[in-house]
Amino acid sequence: MVNRMSARRLEDSQTPRFAPGDRVQVPSRPVLGHCRTPWYVRGKRGVICAVHGRFRDPERLAYHFPGLPAQVLYKVRFAQQEVWPSYRGRADDHIEIDIYEHWLEPAR
Amino acid sequence: MHEDDHDHGAEGAAHGGHAHPPLQKDHDAGTMSPYEVLEEALRSLLIEKGILSAEEIAGAVDLMDSRTPTLGAKVIARAWVDPAFKKRLLKDTRAALLELDIDIGTIAEFATVENTPEVHNVIVCTLCSCYPKMLLGLPPAWYKSLAYRSRTVVDPRGVLGEFGLELPGEVELRVHDSTADLRYLVLPMRPKATRGWSEAALAAIVTRDCMIGTALPRVTAKAGPRRAQRAA
Repeated sequence: MVNRMSARRLEDSQTPRFAPGDRVQVPSRPVLGHCRTPWYVRGKRGVICAVHGRFRDPERLAYHFPGLPAQVLYKVRFAQQEVWPSYRGRADDHIEIDIYEHWLEPAR
Repeated sequence: MHEDDHDHGAEGAAHGGHAHPPLQKDHDAGTMSPYEVLEEALRSLLIEKGILSAEEIAGAVDLMDSRTPTLGAKVIARAWVDPAFKKRLLKDTRAALLELDIDIGTIAEFATVENTPEVHNVIVCTLCSCYPKMLLGLPPAWYKSLAYRSRTVVDPRGVLGEFGLELPGEVELRVHDSTADLRYLVLPMRPKATRGWSEAALAAIVTRDCMIGTALPRVTAKAGPRRAQRAA
């Protein structure tokens, strides 16, 4: 069966904006419609821990557009205490979230 | 679906001259939800327009149903006995699975995260219920529940405790929120007591929850080298 929902990594030769180790921040901007950046991480600072490659933009795909321009998808590591100031676990517990490039800014 | 020419449906409700509530509601009793109507309309249209056949749809459902945690357990056991395979699995999960003739399709990419003495991993999808279905089959109902999805990010140690998993204080807990195009598989640590076990015996102790990160493989009296020899 032909799969029309392919979300596979696209071939790409462009250099991603961020590299592992870069400190980033998730903007707090509002959003209308489909978005894969969870609310709880808006405005929070983390560190890039992996670059997954370029994927079609789900915010456009959700409305039947081709999802272009594609977005680089990163794995971003956040300290739990940064995300939840009242976090009760260990200080070095982390949460890692896959976030598209247009939802990341260099940390200020 | 078809004209009812018999009354089996009424049997549970009234028989032998007395009436009581049906023992169990039929799965398709009652009115269809708007989503069921939508699904049926869409499916009929796809078939009518020749885009998909009923056989292809049934085949896709069959394929999905054939995927169970047993498949994932085989992969974990292979990684435990073959360090080179483990390395490839962590680096490029899609390619490593293909070596075992497991095709994960094109809906999503896969990644494997490894538990170590220092780090324990647990998977959640807070936005919906993304899950490595092509390896583990359909997710358990709790994985899709609002409680698991919201509490695992805020209080993961509390949630794991409710699964009976108390992590030692010195272990870092790493939650993975699979929000996008990747599906995550946890590679648990091989229990020390399994030295010399066959791959089949090892696979038997890898449960679904071990691969989500809400449990650890356990060596019980049932499992063990004797069973390993039989399985081999």
